[in-house]
Parts: sequence; structure tokens; C-alpha cells
Amino acid sequence: MGPQHPSTHGVFRVVLQMDGEIIKSGNSVVGYLHRGMEKLAEARTYPQFIPYTDRLDYLAGMCNNLAYVQTIEKMLRVNVPARAEYLRVIFAELMRIASHLVAVGSFVMDLGAVTGIVYPFNHREKILDLCSMTCGSRMTFNYLRFGGVSHDIPWAFLPRLNYLLDYLEEGLKEYHDLVTDNEIFLARTKGVGIISTELAKSYGLTGPNARASSVNYDVRKNHPYGIYPELAFDIPLGEAGDVFDRYMVRMLEMEESLKIIRQAVRDLPEGPIQAVGISKVIKPPVGEYYHSTENPKGELGFYIVSDGTTKPYRLQIRRPSFINLAILDQVIPGVKLADVVAILASLDIVLGEVDG
Amino acid sequence: MGDWLYTAWKFCLDWAIRIFFWGLNLVSYLLYLADNIFVLGASFLRRLLTWIVDYLGLSTFWVELVMVFVYLAAILAIIMLAALVLMLAERKISAFIQLRHGPNRVGFWGLLQPIADMFKLLTKEDIIPRGADKLIFILAPAIVIAPTIMAYSVIPFGKGMVVTDLNLGIFYIFAITSLTTIPFLMAGWSANNKYSLLGGMRSVAQMVSYEIPLVFSLLGVVMITGSLQLSTIVEAQRGIWFIFLQPVAFVIYVIAATAECNRAPFDIHEGESELTAGVYTEYTGLKWALFMMTEYGNLVLVSAIATTMFLGGWHGPLLPGWFWFGLKTALFIFFFMWIRWTFPRVRIDQLMSFGWKILIPLSLANVLLTGLGIYLFGMKGW
Repeated sequence: MGPQHPSTHGVFRVVLQMDGEIIKSGNSVVGYLHRGMEKLAEARTYPQFIPYTDRLDYLAGMCNNLAYVQTIEKMLRVNVPARAEYLRVIFAELMRIASHLVAVGSFVMDLGAVTGIVYPFNHREKILDLCSMTCGSRMTFNYLRFGGVSHDIPWAFLPRLNYLLDYLEEGLKEYHDLVTDNEIFLARTKGVGIISTELAKSYGLTGPNARASSVNYDVRKNHPYGIYPELAFDIPLGEAGDVFDRYMVRMLEMEESLKIIRQAVRDLPEGPIQAVGISKVIKPPVGEYYHSTENPKGELGFYIVSDGTTKPYRLQIRRPSFINLAILDQVIPGVKLADVVAILASLDIVLGEVDG
Repeated sequence: MGDWLYTAWKFCLDWAIRIFFWGLNLVSYLLYLADNIFVLGASFLRRLLTWIVDYLGLSTFWVELVMVFVYLAAILAIIMLAALVLMLAERKISAFIQLRHGPNRVGFWGLLQPIADMFKLLTKEDIIPRGADKLIFILAPAIVIAPTIMAYSVIPFGKGMVVTDLNLGIFYIFAITSLTTIPFLMAGWSANNKYSLLGGMRSVAQMVSYEIPLVFSLLGVVMITGSLQLSTIVEAQRGIWFIFLQPVAFVIYVIAATAECNRAPFDIHEGESELTAGVYTEYTGLKWALFMMTEYGNLVLVSAIATTMFLGGWHGPLLPGWFWFGLKTALFIFFFMWIRWTFPRVRIDQLMSFGWKILIPLSLANVLLTGLGIYLFGMKGW
């Protein structure tokens, strides 16, 4: 299944050894989209690297911004003003919904229902409209800064956001009607590609993939950051760890994100959006720092080794899609070719993140 | 005064009634004309040819020969037209289901789009992959369209509008449509491409498995009518359409027909997300166009058979028979397209188990029940 293929979610290659229709073994080949981000980081100053983080998981750009910016804020011990924190949460959850919409849409399309990608993308358009209204961009936002956000929301933002939340709730109900109860869909996804809890933990799966295999780990609850401790939301867990559970967990997570956004909008305070007192030249103290956040794909972590200069000595990114993808070669022996497509789509990888 | 008024009133009424009945006669004559327009045209042509042949002193064999070509031209016209219209219809219907417009640049509402598509396909480079089996590769698209064209010859498009009213009409259709599996196998094998091979194997397995429920579901209708001749079957539906007498068979037929046409949710042979284009991967230009024409021709054929066997053929009030036939066939085609753009795809093993383990027993049970019903009906005289 070569790099050019309608269903590999990007340039990704799996060499499959097949016995008729059944897969005997698979060998993933990654690296077709490798852009050398971690090496590039060593030649950029810390603020200059923020736009690069957008390009990792390009379906949810602001979440990557968030992880990186919070790592640096940890290094500099900066206090972010409350309004900026709330705005960050609103956008992070909007990005989570946007990413899951793509995941669910392309998943259903890979199963054969080509219409299934158009409706989620319709909703995603409205989310991207909100983002472009705020920071001018639809995909690579470069929105967060050390100590806050770059632009405040315009006056038209909140009314449109409230309308969008209701629109999304109806849309999710429509998807459940069309997809979740469909006989063919259930036959294709139930019992396929089961990942047990032990296997998930040993391969380091995070995000909806792990939660579908009943691993109760969410960075927002286990190592809270920002204002997540003050927000009330649940973590949906799956039981069987099959493809259907991974789909269902993403659908339920979208509803939880709607809850979070409503709370954040209700409690949004007035105030500055950027911390004062941060120097223009960022020179973090010498040392090693790690911080991770809950990306829509999993746990995105930044490990930065600073040697006191304006450029990092080493910047390593714990990329969730890369780590989640490792389980593919383990799960596919014994399934049919059509199931490989379903399993790959349910793992929800983004090649920008896999290759970095 | 009153006397004169009374006479004038009777005079007007008299003439009003005459005009009314004259109009009624006119309308009914026009409807008769419209209903039989093709039949009258064919018989006129036949008389003309017989006159010419008599004048030249040849035998009547030549009349028959020319008429065969005329009928062939008519059927080919239907298929080409159907393929063109359905290409656009598919794109428009899929677009409307997906909340978008579809082609609307070429001609008003995209109506000239099929012509543009045809030109494009005719001018594409004809690529034969290196290592492909040349003869089979070229023959496959040519052979695949022949059974479809042949099967149209027994379908009653209207009253008296059958090319050849074979007394084993439906049996002939089954036999001919089974032949479409071979070109798919040829196409899959000869392209020297792993996707084509997989697609070809899958498609043949699917088509062969789903022919059996297709045949058995139509057996019930044949049993009720007592004849394989399609025009007799249509005549037998004068009172009640067979869809009400054979609902289960109808459902089985629709599912098996979708599988026979290789359309979603059974389009495994061209499972786009898995096999790029499956059997069609290496075909370009006109060869691919022939495959597409066969697919749409098959779709119309299967809808036409469904109309004939279950929905009463060309019966319908007032309007010409062929119009009702076209309307019912169009309804089926729309239904097939609707299904294609809504449901995900079935996996190959689920497809096979569904066909063999569920559809065949169901259709056999239907045959049994139909036989029982006919026996009881005859015995008790219900």
C-alpha cells in the first residue's frame, strides 16, 4: 500500500505480505514527509519556532502551539493572564472538535460512504471561520505567544461561537443517526482491530486510541495545565478497544469539548491577553524541561534542553501520531485488506506529526 | 320570448356536447398515437422496406436484416443516451446528497457536461501497461458491453415494443448477464497490476455468488405468471403489480441487483479507498469509457427488469406506456444512486457470507411459499 494511496491519510507506506485476502505481516515505512523540524529548531530562536509547531498536526494547529508555548512558560516561570488562559482553552477545544471531525469524516469515507466526509467538513468550515476571524489564518495559526495569545477575539466571535455550538450539537446527532446505527458500519467496525489494554500501555498509546482500550489516561486530568482543573468534564472510555470504540470515543469527546467551551465562554473574564515583563530576547536558564498537553491525537510533549542561549540546544517532540502508528504492524496480521484501511483510519494519524 | 331562449339554449348545449365529445375523441386518438408511436414507426418502416424489396425482386430476408439493424441502432441509442444522462445524473445526485452543486459550469445546470466528458475520454492517450497481456487487455472492454446490449432485446419498453418477444425471455436474460463475469476476470488478470488482480477476483466472486439469489427471487414471479415470456408477465400485472404479491422477492432482487451491477455498497471491485480503481486502474480513454457504459447500461437493464417484473411494466393510466416504463425505471435508478451515496462498503467476506448464508435461503423460502400459495389459490379458488 504505497505512498500514493487514497486511504493512507498522507504519504505513508505499508508493505503488506498477503495470503490471498489475509495479511500475514505488515511493515510500515515512514519518513516521506520528514522535514527535519527538530534539527531546524536548533537554528531558530524560541519565538521563531512557534510557527513550525503549527505544521506538526496541521489539522489542530493551535493545540501544538499550546504545548510548545506552555513548555517555554514553564522554563521562564511566566504567569499567563486569566483571559488568555480561557481563550486558549476555547481554541484548544475548538481544535479538538475540528480534528475529530476530520478523523470521523475520513474514517467513514475510507469505509466506503464517500458522503460521510462532506458533512463534518461543513462544520469544520465554521470552526475555521472563527479562527480566521481571530488570527487571520485557517490552518497554520501562529496564534499563541509566550505569556498569552497574540490577538483578542473580535466582537462578532462570541455570538457566532454560541450559534456554532448549537449547530454542532445537531450535527453530531445527525451523524449518530446516519452512521452509528448503520448495520453495514457496525459489521465493518465491531470486533475489528482489537487493541487490549496491556498492548496499548506497552506501546505507549495515548489519546482516544488508548481511552478506547480502557486506559484511563488523559493529560487534562492526570497532569492538568492551564485552567482545566476548574472545568467540569468527563473522559469517555471504551471497553473493547476495537475500531468502533475508537470512533465512538471521538464522537463522545466532541460532546465533552462542547461542554468545556460553554463553560469557558460563560466564565470568560475581561483583561489583558498577554503577560507583561517578558523580554524580547528569550534566554531560558540552563536545564532540561518537559511539558505535555492533550492533543486531539494523543499526548503531545516537548522536551527542550537549553544551554542558556537564545536557541535551544536540543528540542525533541513526543509526537503522538508517530507513537500511535507503531501499533499498526502489531495489529494487522490476520485481518483482511479492507480492515487494514479501517484500522489505519481509526488510529487517526497525521503524517505531519508522524514524520515531523 | 321564453320559447326562443329555450331553443337557443338547446342549440348551444347540443353543439357544446358535440365539441366536447369531438375533443375527447381527439385526445384519445392522440394518446393512442403517442402510446404506439414507436410501434407505428417500426411497422411503417417495415412496409416501406417490403415495398422496396418487392420492387427490387429480393426475398423478404433483407427486410428482416435491415429491421434487425434498426432495432440494434435503437437499443444502442438507448444505452448511449442512458450512459450520458446517468453520468450527469450520478454527479448531480451525489452532489445534492453531499450539500454541494455538482457540475454547473458546462451548459445550464451542467447539462452539457456529459458531452464534455465524452470528448475528454475520446481524446485521452491509450496506454497499455508494459507486461500486460495485450490481446486480453484490449478484448476485455469490447466483450463486456456485448451481453448488456444483447439483454435489452427482450425487454418490453411499451405496449408491443419488444425487439424479440422470446418465449424464454427472462431465462435468456439470466444466461446472457452471467457472461459479464468473464470480461472482468480478463481485465483484472491482463493489466499486470496487483490492484486490478485483486479487484477482478473479488468482483467475479461477488457476481457469481449474487446471481443465484437474483434468479431465485425472480422465480416467484415466473411461477405466478406461469410463463418466462416478459410481455406475458407484464400482461399478468394488469390487475395487481407483483411487488405486492412478492415483497420479499422484491427486496432480495434489489439487493442482488446492486451486487450484480457492482455498485455500492457492493462496489468492492473498485473499492476506491482500498484498491485505487480496482479492475479499471490501468484502463484509459475509450476502454474505460466502455466499462463505464457497461456499468450504466447494466444499471438501466436491472432497473428495467425490476420495472417489468415487479412494478407492472408499462402499465399506467392515460399517458403512453413507454413513458410510464421510463418513469418507473428512472425511479429505480434514482433509488440505486441514493443507496450508493449513503452506505459504507461491505467487506468481501461479509458480502459472501451474506449472499450465500442469508439471501439464498431466503429466496428459496420465498419460492417455497409462492408455490404453496399458488397451490392453495388453485385448490380453494380464492
